[in-house]
Amino acid sequence: MAKNTELLAPAMPKCWNPDTKPHKFCPGCGHGLVLKALGEAIDELGIQDKTVFGCDIGCSLLSWDFFNIDSIQTHHGRTTPVITGVKRARPELIGIAYMGDGGGYAIGSQHLVNSATRNEKITAILVNNTNYGMTGGQMAPTTLPGQKTETSPYGRDPEESGYPTLGPEMVAAIAREGAYVARGSMSNLRQLKKYLKKALQNQIDGNGFSFVEALSACPTNWRTNAEATWHFVEKDMAEYFPVGEFKVPGEKEEK
Amino acid sequence: MAATRIVLAGEGGQGVQVIANILAESANAEGKEAIYIPNFGVEQRGGVSLAFVQIDDERIGSPKFPKADIVVALSNRAVDRTRQYVDNRTTFVYDDSLVAAAEIDEHAMGIQAVEADPRNQRRTEVIDDSKKRDKVDLPDNAASVVSISANDIAKNELHPRVFNVMVLGAVLKATGVVPLEQVKAALEAKLGDKFEKNPELRDLNYKALEKGMSLVERVV
Amino acid sequence: MSDKPVKGEKRVFMTGNEVCAWAALAAEADIMYGYPITPQTDIMQYWTRLAPKFGRKFLQTEDEISAGFTTLGGVMAGKRAFSATTGPGNTLFQEPMSMAEMMRIPAVVILPQRGGPSTATVIYSQQEVTMTAFGGNGEGFRVVYSTSGHQDLYDYTIKSFNTAWKYRFPTFVLGDGYQAKMREPLTIYDPAERGIEMVKTEPMVGLPGMPGEERMTEYLRNTYNTEEELYEVVMDIAKDYEKAAPELMEWENFDTDGEMDVLILAHGVVSRAAQEALPLLKEEGIKAGHFRPITLRPMPEEEMRKAAKNAKKVIVVESAYGQFLKLVKEALYGMDKQIDTVLRPGAGVTAEEIVDEIKEGR
Repeated sequence: MAKNTELLAPAMPKCWNPDTKPHKFCPGCGHGLVLKALGEAIDELGIQDKTVFGCDIGCSLLSWDFFNIDSIQTHHGRTTPVITGVKRARPELIGIAYMGDGGGYAIGSQHLVNSATRNEKITAILVNNTNYGMTGGQMAPTTLPGQKTETSPYGRDPEESGYPTLGPEMVAAIAREGAYVARGSMSNLRQLKKYLKKALQNQIDGNGFSFVEALSACPTNWRTNAEATWHFVEKDMAEYFPVGEFKVPGEKEEK
Repeated sequence: MAATRIVLAGEGGQGVQVIANILAESANAEGKEAIYIPNFGVEQRGGVSLAFVQIDDERIGSPKFPKADIVVALSNRAVDRTRQYVDNRTTFVYDDSLVAAAEIDEHAMGIQAVEADPRNQRRTEVIDDSKKRDKVDLPDNAASVVSISANDIAKNELHPRVFNVMVLGAVLKATGVVPLEQVKAALEAKLGDKFEKNPELRDLNYKALEKGMSLVERVV
Repeated sequence: MSDKPVKGEKRVFMTGNEVCAWAALAAEADIMYGYPITPQTDIMQYWTRLAPKFGRKFLQTEDEISAGFTTLGGVMAGKRAFSATTGPGNTLFQEPMSMAEMMRIPAVVILPQRGGPSTATVIYSQQEVTMTAFGGNGEGFRVVYSTSGHQDLYDYTIKSFNTAWKYRFPTFVLGDGYQAKMREPLTIYDPAERGIEMVKTEPMVGLPGMPGEERMTEYLRNTYNTEEELYEVVMDIAKDYEKAAPELMEWENFDTDGEMDVLILAHGVVSRAAQEALPLLKEEGIKAGHFRPITLRPMPEEEMRKAAKNAKKVIVVESAYGQFLKLVKEALYGMDKQIDTVLRPGAGVTAEEIVDEIKEGR
C-alpha cells in the first residue's frame, strides 16, 4: 500500500494485516464487517499475540491472511477439530475457528456438536449467509424456506429439504455449564462485537465452549441490490434466526 | 529345531486365553522364543475362543501355522473349529464332558471385541447330564486322539474355576515345552495377590495342574 | 520434569499395541488423538493409562476425520502428536493426511492393518498399502515403514517421530492385526541410552512475539489460485522428497548374494514367513533368497533390482490382492523378469504355503 493513503486509511483494527487490504471479499459481503468486529474484540482483549486463527473452505478461506495472527486454512468443515487440536496441545493459546454455514452445520456439524458436548475451550465463529457463497450460491443448511439458490432454483421446499438449521439454539441445548452461545448480526455491529468479546473472554477465563453465529449478507449470490440485501439480513433473516444470547455461563437456565 | 505348535480352543469363558498366555509367558521366562496370538476367524464374545502358541529355541517366523503338534478342543464347537489344524503328526485332545454352547451365535457378525482379554469372557455352564451326549465328529487323520473329561473332573474333583488350569497341566505334560516350576511362577505372577489373600487357592491351582498332568502322556 | 517411562533397557513380552504405546512414550510423544477401531484400540487404552503418569495428554475425538485433523492441530502447535487407526478409519484419515502432505506437517500415525475393502474383518491384512503409500489426493509424499514384528514396532515408532520432524513428511508405522494382537518378546529401551536423540519439535503457529511487529505472521494454507502457483509448490515438495529418499530408504536382504532360482519379495509380517521358508526350500533343493523392503515409501527400488538381477524369477507374496505387487512392478520396470504371485487378501501366509507355491511353480 502506498504511503500517502495512510492519511485516508479507514480505522482498521490493529490486529488486521494492512498489507492484505483491501480484502478479497465481494462488495457488500458481511465477512468484512464480522472480521472487523472480531478484530476490535481481539484488540480490546489484548490477545493478538496468543491467538491462533483457523478458517474453513468457502468464503471464510479468504480470511487466511487477514490478521496479523498466526493462521491456518484447513479443509472444509475441519477447522473446529484443527483448532481443537491446537488448543489441546497448547492450552495457553486462544483458538478461534472461523467458518461458514457448511463448515459448521453440514460437513462440519459432527465436529461442532462434539466440541460443544466435550466443552472444548475454543471459540467457534460461524458466518451465516444462507447459502454456499464461494461455490456459486448453492443451498445451505441455513437457506430460508422459499429462498431460491442454485440447488433450490424454485425456492427451498421444507417438505423436500426441511427447515433451516438453528445452530446456536442446538449448541445451547447440548452445551454444558461454562459454554457461551450467541447469535449476532452484521446489521448491529456493536452488539455483535459485544458477543464476540464475551465469547473470547469465555475462553480466556477457561470456562468452556464459545459459539457465535453472525448473520451476514451475500449480495453476489443473493443477486440483490443494496437495499434488498440489507432488508434480507435485517428483516427476513432476523425473523427466522433470532438475535441474542442463548447461553451465558453462570446464568440460571430458564426452561 | 521346529517350533512346538499348540492350538487351544474352547467356549468363551472357559479360560482358554488365560492359559495360552501363561504358557507363552512361561516359555518366555524360560528364555525361549514364544509367540501367542488369539482368535483369528470370526471375532466373538461367547463363541469359540481360539489361541495359538508357538514355542521354540530359535526366533519364530510366521505367527500363523497350518498344522499343530497338539490341539486341545474343550467343547463340541471347538472340535469343529480346530479340525483344520490336524494332520498325521497332531495329537488331538478333546473334552468328552458335556458343555453347553454359549448364547451368542457363532455366525453373529459385527462383534469386535477380541477374546484376548480374559475380562471379556463370560463363564460357560457345564450341563450335568451325562446321558445326553452330543455326537462329536472327531478328526480321523490325527496321530492320536485323547479324551479327557476335563469339565466333569473339574466340577466333581476340584472346582469349576480351575478347569482351565487343569487343562494347562495336561498341555504341559503332553508337550513338555516348559518346566512345571516355570508355569507355577507364571501363575504366581498372575494370581499372586489372590493367593496371598487365600492360600487355599494356590493349593487348588497346583492340584489342578498336577491333576491335568496325570490325564495325559508326553506326545511331542 | 516427569520421570522417564523407559529407563535403560528391558526385555518384555507384550502385545504389539502395547509396544506402540510404550514406544510413543519413550519417544517423548506429548499427545495422542484417536478414535476406537479394532484392532488398534488397545494403543489408545494403554496410552490413556500410562500417559497421565508421565504428563502426556490424550483426546478421544468424535471420529477419525477429527482424530486426523486434531493431530495436525497439535503438531502445528509444536507438540509431538500422533494417532493410530486402521481400515475404514485409515480411509477417513486420507483427508487430513493429504493436508499434511501439502503443508509438510510432521504427523505420525500407527496403522495395524485389518481386512478390507470396507469393514471386512477386524483381524489382519496387508490391504492398506496402496492407501497408506498413495492415499488421498496427494502424490505419495509420505514415509511408510512396514514393520514385521514387535522389535520393529518399537524401533520404528520411535524413529517415525524423528523422520517426520526432520524431513516433514507424514510418517506411518504400517503394522497389521497379527502384530497388534500377538505377544512376543522384544527389548524396550530409552532411546537416549542408544544414542538416539529426539528431533526437537517446532511450532508452526502460536510462535512467541507479536506477529507483524516482532516477527513475521505465520500464514499456513493449502489452497492456491493458479496452476502455476500450485505447480511450483508441488515441485518444491517433490524436490525435497527426492532429496530425502536415499536417506530414508531401508531394506533387508536374505541370501541374495549368489545366483537364485527364485527371489521372494514380501514385506511386513509376511517377510517372517518368507525368511522361515528359505531353509525349507533349500532342503527341497531350491535356491531361494528374500528381499524385504522396510520402507514402502520411499521404495528402495535400486536395491530390489540388484537382488532381482541374480534370480531366475521373482515371486511376490502378500496378504492383499496385488497392492504390494503394483509397487514391485513399478520398481522392477524394464527388467525382463518373470513375476509369480501369492496373493492372499486378508489372510495370513505361512512358510509352508510359500514353499508349496514355489514348488508348484517350479
